[in-house]
Amino acid sequence: MSKELIRLTDLTMSFDGEQILDKINLYINDQEFLTLLGPSGCGKTTTLRIIGGFLTPDSGDVFFEGKRINDVPAHKRKINTVFQRYALFPHLDVYDNVAFGLRISKLPEDEIDRRVTEMLEIVSLRGFEDRSVTSLSGGQQQRVAIARALVNRPKVLLLDEPLGALDLRLRKDMQNELKRIQQTMGITFIYVTHDQEEALTMSDTIVVMDKGHIQQIGTPEDIYNEPKNAFVADFIGESNILDGIMLQDCLVEFFGRRFPCVDKGFAANEPVDVVIRPEDIDIVPADAGHLCGTVTSITFKGVHYDIIVDFKGFKWLIQSTDYQPVGAYIGIRLNPEDIHVMKKSEYSDMFGDYSSYSAEYDEIAEGGEDEE
Amino acid sequence: MKSKLLSAPYIVWMILFTLVPLGVVFYYAFADVNTGQFTMANLANMGTYTPIFLRSIWLSLAASAICLVIGYPVAYYISQTKPTTQRFLSMLIMLPMCMSFLLRTLAWVALLEDTGIINRLLSNFGIGPLPLIRNNGAVILGMVYNYLPYMILPLYSVMVKIDRRLIEAAQDLGCNSRQVFGKVIFPLSVPGIISGISMVFVPAVSTFYISQKLGSTGTTLIGDVIESQFKGAYNPNLGAAMSLVLMVLIFICVGIMNHFGEDNSEEGMVTI
Repeated sequence: MSKELIRLTDLTMSFDGEQILDKINLYINDQEFLTLLGPSGCGKTTTLRIIGGFLTPDSGDVFFEGKRINDVPAHKRKINTVFQRYALFPHLDVYDNVAFGLRISKLPEDEIDRRVTEMLEIVSLRGFEDRSVTSLSGGQQQRVAIARALVNRPKVLLLDEPLGALDLRLRKDMQNELKRIQQTMGITFIYVTHDQEEALTMSDTIVVMDKGHIQQIGTPEDIYNEPKNAFVADFIGESNILDGIMLQDCLVEFFGRRFPCVDKGFAANEPVDVVIRPEDIDIVPADAGHLCGTVTSITFKGVHYDIIVDFKGFKWLIQSTDYQPVGAYIGIRLNPEDIHVMKKSEYSDMFGDYSSYSAEYDEIAEGGEDEE
Repeated sequence: MKSKLLSAPYIVWMILFTLVPLGVVFYYAFADVNTGQFTMANLANMGTYTPIFLRSIWLSLAASAICLVIGYPVAYYISQTKPTTQRFLSMLIMLPMCMSFLLRTLAWVALLEDTGIINRLLSNFGIGPLPLIRNNGAVILGMVYNYLPYMILPLYSVMVKIDRRLIEAAQDLGCNSRQVFGKVIFPLSVPGIISGISMVFVPAVSTFYISQKLGSTGTTLIGDVIESQFKGAYNPNLGAAMSLVLMVLIFICVGIMNHFGEDNSEEGMVTI
């Protein structure tokens, strides 16, 4: 549908001897909403800052519209940034903050006025022109930062955890708002976040990163439904990850039992990781189940219950709208399409066991990371 | 209630050693030197000293301006270095302040005198002796030398607080490095400039020692005249009146300067 706008080839970067990026290869299409997703220190902000021109990679190239731009300084790139915690100019009012870039490019005052006014309209900040930016709420400051960047009509907008400092409700509103702005203005967005839900909601393409490597690139559906390894499965949503053996195409064995599945292309008897999403599991009476276990805890989450079930010492997370008392002996059924098979990776056996359930769940919900 | 109690010693101190003496100065300024009766004569005499007032203000303004021109790049440079280097450099800036003010000024006399170190050195090349001392230039030099740290330190402390990301944001919006300075760094450092000028100008305008040692009778400052009223001429009432006028003048000057910086945040600003 659209042409390639930015290409990163073999980007490598290290700070103080620590490898931050290791051979990152990525291309970004025009008008795409692409999200770099990963935990703190995975290299996503570094990648963004290289594209913005604030960092020079140790090796590797950045191409913009086919031209190498490694040596082009930030102020000459057709790229604008919405910074983490906004970085608004405290000595200027809202209007002058938004007009800043246009004044630097010496546009006529009447055009500046027209575009600033139009932009403030888009971010619903009309009437705030003369307000000092320090007197604004977090959400308003955030919208000034977006307006200040977008008013220059950049080809690409970089957003570095722009919603990190907002409360949950405002964050949801701004997610929709950003998506709407991106679609109306037809600008490429490169968005950095550690919030998997935010990434799934807004993106056309998600790039999952960890330890300076790209773990998986794909649409939100791909990433969620077909995670490439245990890291991605665990980082995106909740997952039970089990050791299994792929007996043949569409037949996998785990917990001493054979299950039909839909995955192919593995060697016969290859050891694999099996992912089962907690919301895909059906609870049935013990005598009708493929597997049987004992409920060890149940937590009300609003939409559903989080139920921890002990299957022969391995604890699973099951999400269900039905209440199950602690101590109940229940069975589960798995349909072939509920079972996702992945190749073994360096992340195998690190994730997916809910024995230490509460700690792990909290870690995922944790917000407000700060890179560098 | 508790915090009030904590500030009590300072309030007592303020009353005893600032407000009461100020009242005494006020009283003296309006009292006759012989009879102690109320009089405006002391203030009415002020007209004769106008040239000296003007010279004091002019020389201190010149010294403040030179301090700003020298101090600004230094402060900017220090603020850009690594934190450990910053600590070391600000210590260096403060180091002369540990030496007695009198000694520092006397050292300049030894340097600048007609038979001083510089002129003796120059005479080896057949130059001079140059008139390096007992003129306005020498007085300004003494002021700049003594008060430069008071310019650099407030400037540095404002500059070091400027958010790095604001500079990146300006670059992002198309500023080259000159524009980054003009549009972001300089406007954000204005509070530092104002407090720096205040902190140089106020002590400089009321100084007396520097002009006595480095100046001549033609460079007498108002501080010298005030001193002589209390020590030599012994007319404390006239001296008090002069102090009062000087105080009002300082208030006006600082007020004007603070007015320029009104649009900026008060952070780091010294109001005297």
